Amino acid sequence: MSSSMAPLTPSSASFGQSGTVVRSSPFRRLLKNPMGLIALTVLIVMVLLAVFAPLLAPFDENFANISNTLASPDSTNILGTDSAGRDVWSRLLYGAQLTLLSALLCAAVAIAIGLPSGLIAGYYGGAFDATSNWVVSILMSLPGLIVLLAIRAAFGPSVWIAMLFFGILISPGYFRLTRSAVQSVRNELYVDAARVAGLSDSAIIGRHVFSVVRAPIIIQTAAVCGIAIAVQSGLEFLGLGDPSKATWGVMLNEGFKNVYLNSQLLLWPALAIGLTIGALVLLGNAVRDALEDSDQVREVKALDDAESANTAAAMGATSGVGDLHHAAPKPRTRASKEPPQVEEGTEHHLIKVSHLGVGYPQPDGTVKRVVDDVSFHVDRGEILGIVGESGSGKSQTAFSILGLLPESARIVAGSIQFDGSYTVAPSDDLVDQRRLASLRGKRISYIPQEPMSNLDPAFTVGYQLVTPMIRVLGISKAEAKERALKLLADVGIPHPERTFAAYPHEISGGMAQRVLIAGAISCEPDLIIADEPTTALDVTVQAEVLDLLRELQSRLNIGVILVTHNFGVVADLCDRVVVMQNGRLVEEGTVREILRTPEHPYTRTLLASMLEGKEPMTMLTAQTAPASGRGDQKEGLR
Amino acid sequence: MTSSSLLNVDNLVVEYPGKGFRAAPFRVLKGVSIDVNPGQTLGLVGESGSGKTTLGRAVLGLAPVTEGRILFENRDISHASRKDRRALSRDIQVVFQDPYTSLNPAMEIGAILAEPLTVQGQSPSDAHARVKELLDQVALPSDAIHRLPREFSGGQRQRIAIARALALSPKLIVCDEPVSALDLSTQARVLDLFLQIQKDTGVAYLFISHDLDVVRHISHRVAVMYQGAIVEQGPTEQVTRDPQHPYTQRLLLASPVPDPDRQATRRQARKELLAKWAEPVGA
Repeated sequence: MSSSMAPLTPSSASFGQSGTVVRSSPFRRLLKNPMGLIALTVLIVMVLLAVFAPLLAPFDENFANISNTLASPDSTNILGTDSAGRDVWSRLLYGAQLTLLSALLCAAVAIAIGLPSGLIAGYYGGAFDATSNWVVSILMSLPGLIVLLAIRAAFGPSVWIAMLFFGILISPGYFRLTRSAVQSVRNELYVDAARVAGLSDSAIIGRHVFSVVRAPIIIQTAAVCGIAIAVQSGLEFLGLGDPSKATWGVMLNEGFKNVYLNSQLLLWPALAIGLTIGALVLLGNAVRDALEDSDQVREVKALDDAESANTAAAMGATSGVGDLHHAAPKPRTRASKEPPQVEEGTEHHLIKVSHLGVGYPQPDGTVKRVVDDVSFHVDRGEILGIVGESGSGKSQTAFSILGLLPESARIVAGSIQFDGSYTVAPSDDLVDQRRLASLRGKRISYIPQEPMSNLDPAFTVGYQLVTPMIRVLGISKAEAKERALKLLADVGIPHPERTFAAYPHEISGGMAQRVLIAGAISCEPDLIIADEPTTALDVTVQAEVLDLLRELQSRLNIGVILVTHNFGVVADLCDRVVVMQNGRLVEEGTVREILRTPEHPYTRTLLASMLEGKEPMTMLTAQTAPASGRGDQKEGLR
Repeated sequence: MTSSSLLNVDNLVVEYPGKGFRAAPFRVLKGVSIDVNPGQTLGLVGESGSGKTTLGRAVLGLAPVTEGRILFENRDISHASRKDRRALSRDIQVVFQDPYTSLNPAMEIGAILAEPLTVQGQSPSDAHARVKELLDQVALPSDAIHRLPREFSGGQRQRIAIARALALSPKLIVCDEPVSALDLSTQARVLDLFLQIQKDTGVAYLFISHDLDVVRHISHRVAVMYQGAIVEQGPTEQVTRDPQHPYTQRLLLASPVPDPDRQATRRQARKELLAKWAEPVGA
């Protein structure tokens, strides 16, 4: 198993945020997976045996030597003969031909029906979609085996006809798979872009939509071929097959009849069926693994999920905390020790981060650092801005304070202390969840970037506000509700009662952010960590949310860490600023120092990118300007 | 009606069917009129849900036109057929907001850029030559041709999307929030690219953004949208220096500036403005 992971290892140790995505083909990954390689080898051998059956088989499939029935293996009949004196090895080879081909027919029929109809239904929707869903539901409600028995009765014992109808019966599987895959990309912007480029619908489906169903179809087909072989063999085992044709199922039936005379007759077809079906299923799994590993988008999504789960833990102030408390594995002995005393003279800082380094151990033994030697502190009633571009490590820093780093993250250096005691002691390599669990939600709370994805759509806003308060503050439900309503009014929501009873999808993004802010202050924290709290909001709403944050902060005398990329937001709210680049802290100072007289070139570049006060229609950066216009960024080009 | 404008949207109404049985249709655009002059940029600014994206999509033929007309070079394109659209794609192109979903993740950059060319019947070798030219124009290395979108950063992807829009040398590019998903310094470089391209090729932009600073920087004229209608429209200088409509004034003051003291002044001005008309705008 571990060797199957090997291809995922980034090819080189990368430091900071550098490093590119290495592209390796799914097929190569499939071959590097031992399971996939074995499955593929087995199938290739089977197919080769079937294709070259006429050359490899010493006898015709139905050549009967009556004088030599049920013979044991010898030099002429290497696997012996059956009750009619037919050569088992030859029948096995010809049987492979018919068995595999008819299974392929089944899959082909199912794809031919399910794929196009799924593409059309998924892409256009409407009447065709509705009708085909009806048909599919009817097909799926039919008992497959009974239908096949009826078809055997009506059309005779041909394996081809049986598999053709079985293909029709299982086509809904392809239809549904295709339809849902197509629906998920139908409104993607790249499909819109193709429409604007003038591509016809069929070209769009062929070029852009089909590619998303290709992989699932391959996986499904492997499984379907296996099922087809199993069903077909089952029917023939029951004696419903065509005795004049050699297939593995017919041989199985023959072997079963003579099981007391020559039990080997049962072994060979059973082995062939078992190996083939097993190989098909394993191949399907291996293909899926190979494709999923390459999927960068999926990885990003997984990260988002992790983030929102984290948020749920922090925000739900403590619906999460209790769980985390249990979930945290029995703390290591070191963690249960009394934490060391913090450095003298620093106890008065609300939070102090010293030389913090956060890294992710890589499979090759190196550690990828995302935060490196970051130090800052925040006092009560103070707002610190952490500024940087995406990937600068600013969110990772915030998450290490909250103790919400992903499982694999390690504190590789430094310490974090909150209100005079360590949450990450200098020698720790993990955030001490036990110490943080008692702080998170109560004394440290969190306002996330995406308000909508941080409210659980299944619960009302009120429920999500009340539950944490009951847990953390230990107050009654009625009390908590009263408090929640007051909080909602406090954060400027016009109809608290209505919002309290609403589900997250019924409120706007700005409202949702206010709700989250209400949640963040509900348990009267000392420190709020706000991660890009206004980035997803309209400017007018942003201004209101900033007003709200400022007002609450000064009224409650809270310390705030504001993670942002917007210098305007910094200017509006912050007292002090730290600037981060590539995981390092490049500059620190009061808001006026940083914004008016930035020292570090990176801070200057960022500030120069601000559009405010720039002459319209002029180049903002030097590098994209043509040679003639190169020079001062304020120089006009027109 | 004839006019010298490249794109003329006249009293456009877009409605989507209401949700639920016999629900009233939802009117996204309530009679919008705008003009885009050849080689110039019209900035369209407004908050989310104001209908600015729908206006762009209607011009592109991606949103249904209920009433009104969209004229491109004095031809009515509001109900253009698929075939007309294909011809139009030579003249009207698009750059979308999200550089992560606007490029097909399964296609190589070369194939993405060649697609609009081959649809118009260009030979693969001509298309290949043009793709190289385009990559050069947006300052991407030519080895990008054989790489996949996921190997590029957000800013680079947006360059690819711009290159795709430029492929057929269109007269108008609808830019739907093209820089709002980008980092500040990346945004600056991409805006420079937009300006440079306009200078070099004389293309006109319908530039949709929620960020008044961005729109002010890049536009010749600005239209402000609020709740499905244009509330103010005029030369950039006039709209952004001396806004008439209260919503524009509010928008202008809401965007924070990178200086604590000036920002405090603006904050005060915004609060006074809000107090002056306690009623919500557009009510």
